[in-house]
Amino acid sequence: MGYTLDFSVVWHAMPTLLWGCVGTLGLALAGMTLAMVIGVAGVAARDSKAAWLRAVVIGFVEIVRNTPFLVQIFFLFFALPLIGLKLNPTATAIIALGVNGGAYAIEIIRGGVQSIHRGQLEAGYALGLHKGQVFRFIVLKPALRAIYPSLTGQFIMLTLTSSICSAVSAYELTSVAQRIESDTFRSFEVYFSVTFLYLAISWLLMLGFAAISYRFFSHPTR
Amino acid sequence: MAPHFGLAEFGFLLRGLQWTMLLTLVAFVGGCTAGLAVALLRTCGHKGVEWIVRVYIGIFQGTPLLLQLFVVYYGLALTGLKLDAFVAVAIGFTVNASAFLGEIWRGAIQAVPLGQTEAAMALGLHYSSRMRDIVLPQAIRISLPATIGYLVQLIKGTSLAAIVGFIELARAGQIVSNQTFQPLLVFGVVGAMYFVLCWPLSWWGSRMEARLALAGQR
Repeated sequence: MGYTLDFSVVWHAMPTLLWGCVGTLGLALAGMTLAMVIGVAGVAARDSKAAWLRAVVIGFVEIVRNTPFLVQIFFLFFALPLIGLKLNPTATAIIALGVNGGAYAIEIIRGGVQSIHRGQLEAGYALGLHKGQVFRFIVLKPALRAIYPSLTGQFIMLTLTSSICSAVSAYELTSVAQRIESDTFRSFEVYFSVTFLYLAISWLLMLGFAAISYRFFSHPTR
Repeated sequence: MAPHFGLAEFGFLLRGLQWTMLLTLVAFVGGCTAGLAVALLRTCGHKGVEWIVRVYIGIFQGTPLLLQLFVVYYGLALTGLKLDAFVAVAIGFTVNASAFLGEIWRGAIQAVPLGQTEAAMALGLHYSSRMRDIVLPQAIRISLPATIGYLVQLIKGTSLAAIVGFIELARAGQIVSNQTFQPLLVFGVVGAMYFVLCWPLSWWGSRMEARLALAGQR
């Protein structure tokens, strides 16, 4: 076949694509923030005294984790207007990412909280630490240290999942790529290059998270 | 007048579900075969080969599945082969599965205590017998929960074939939703179908994980 690859279209579209990267990161960040809120609230509700509340949280987690994100975002896309939320596609995508990530965050955060043994708190009080200090040094920091790898891994997963939000044409990298593709018909070149933009994003995130972990969560050696 | 969601529409969704299951099966079988090769190369002891396989795995783990599908789908079209949409997406999912399963099994192979390999070497077993009779049977046991977890990921992932235009469950749902103007009902049913497929697997996987964890404590 006489097809010659031509990556110049990608090069010309690079500024647009980089803005798409910004859109993707913004989408992921907003989605992750919502996911954390749902995660913390969900953990509190998951261990509440009301049995129905616990059942709701367990049901929510199982449903979200056992259905595809694509179906979830389609469902929300049509369901949100019914409850009076008429949102643009990008806002819908943020809510979908938040709901999806929230179910995973509940499991992660719950694991972190459970990793702190009761005896640790008692030991803290016995050493004469007051309540704030016990929370900060004995609960929060070790719990964060325990869940940090899963949580940051979840964030990267969410960033990659956000590409599916192009199905409702939210503003992010994949939908930007689709627009360039339909303008130029250079499908392979565009998607091949965009795949490596995603790879660069996830590598940068990984490096950044590792640096943060080294700075804040490395065990004191002295 | 738009048709209502009835038996005919439900039957259409069921046929989509069949395609989802077939796509998952083909990708899983293909991915297991290629994934075993990836895992063995990743642990072969040759630095250069291991590095290349690591990059291969890293690329699939660091990019969205949707984009991988696009690249395979349009890349195959460029080669001039007139491939059926099913074959094209099946190849895409197979390659993805080979990387993820390869990484899962790499971890499992390395989790088998080194003493097992050393004992096998001391008995004079060569590489293929050592792997087939000693290491892999133990590694498979260790890797089973994660492998089942990936299978669930794969079932959910096949929904992305809808975006490329292949009519499986999610795409069938889109079509029926457009015909009946009952998107909530249709996507609710579609979601329930995926759930019925995935949830027992998830449950089985986490139960096995708990059992293995208990066995490890002893």
